[in-house]
Amino acid sequence: MEIKLDFGGGAEVLFDNIKKRDLTLDSSKKWTIRTFLQYMKENLLTDREELFLQGECVRPGILVLINDTDWELLGELDYEIQPNDNISFISTLHGG
Amino acid sequence: MVLCKANCGNKAILKRPKTGDALCKECFFTAFECEIHETITKGQLFKSGDKVAIGASGGKDSTVLAYVLKLLNERYKYNLKIVLLSIDEGITGYRDDSLETVKKNRDDYGMELKILSYEELYGWTMDKVVSVIGKTNNCTFCGVFRRQALDRGAKMLEVDCVATGHNADDIAETVLMNILRGDMVRLRRCTKIKTHSNEDAIPRVKPLKYTYEKEIVMYAHFKKLVYFSTECIFAPNAYRGHARMFLKDLEKIRPSVIMDIIHSGEQIQFKENIKKPVLDICQTCGFVSSCQPCKACVLLEGLNRGLPKLGIGKKSKGERMIAQQNLERIHRVKNDF
Ligand SMILES: [Zn+2]
Ligand SMILES: [Zn+2]
Repeated sequence: MEIKLDFGGGAEVLFDNIKKRDLTLDSSKKWTIRTFLQYMKENLLTDREELFLQGECVRPGILVLINDTDWELLGELDYEIQPNDNISFISTLHGG
Repeated sequence: MVLCKANCGNKAILKRPKTGDALCKECFFTAFECEIHETITKGQLFKSGDKVAIGASGGKDSTVLAYVLKLLNERYKYNLKIVLLSIDEGITGYRDDSLETVKKNRDDYGMELKILSYEELYGWTMDKVVSVIGKTNNCTFCGVFRRQALDRGAKMLEVDCVATGHNADDIAETVLMNILRGDMVRLRRCTKIKTHSNEDAIPRVKPLKYTYEKEIVMYAHFKKLVYFSTECIFAPNAYRGHARMFLKDLEKIRPSVIMDIIHSGEQIQFKENIKKPVLDICQTCGFVSSCQPCKACVLLEGLNRGLPKLGIGKKSKGERMIAQQNLERIHRVKNDF
């Protein structure tokens, strides 16, 4: 399953400073944001974990959008990722 | 799919932290802009014909402020002349990049831009300050110098007021910090939407005082506004960082906490016997200050005397340090003969 991932507002510095990525996820299993965050932690995160995650969730202050829609309207961690979804992480914690 | 709460028939794209409402993009823009307009009119932040400087850092808040203020000025005929005022602290690799963003704002919005550097104002860049003071107390210097630099810039540009990008999250955080530090003078001042330090000083206003950080970032995202987003490369303020994360954790459970804390700050009654600083003019530099000489002048004297810690501790300690150095100098002169 192909998906797109992008970072903004400074969140990219936690991921090797790469702003946009195309990813292929194993289609044989169901993906939720919850399992995807674990995947990101294990495969993509290059800075300290606590700057991105708090428990199994993103750290408060990092906004998540799925296809440009606030994840708070889509079930947050339980949202089931669909092919060609575009997932964005935008930090509100950097600079002012 | 969630539909917009305003019954416009469009798909909602965000849940507002302030109200919990789900709104579509257009209704969100309208709500966001109208609320800032209301803050401006209710607080009587400007009057027709005013020249307003936006304290522009290139970050998300001042970028959104410049965009929205230009838009509201045209939509509601405020009749303001808006200019951008940026401070160059002289931090290589940080301010260089953010100033590029401010220059882009200048071109995009067609506003005059004035950049004032610590170097030209004080003879010291922050890079140089850090090289003598280290990375522990440098935020004190930067904060004191910046505050005065904005006053000086405002005077040079002959503006009627300075608008800063402080948002609701920033103000709630500052209320909390001032309570934790027992700083009643700053607590009283920090929730004010318009501050006049005295008759002569140029007022500061905060049009984004009731605007949540999440909405500012979402607004910039959906409007595709370009801003600069890297922390200052020198030591971050750890105490403020903790207060910030504490608030973000609370906000997760109860989004209204930001407004609630601001409200608490506004409603606290102060005893009249709390010492209020008398604001005066610094006899050394001529800018507004509550002490003689002002904090900026003390810090600067310390740097120039090679006693960079001078303004950081208690005043009495600083005076001892100066006396000691003067004494040593006299001895040195005597010994030279
Ligand atoms: Zn709508
Ligand atoms: Zn002074």
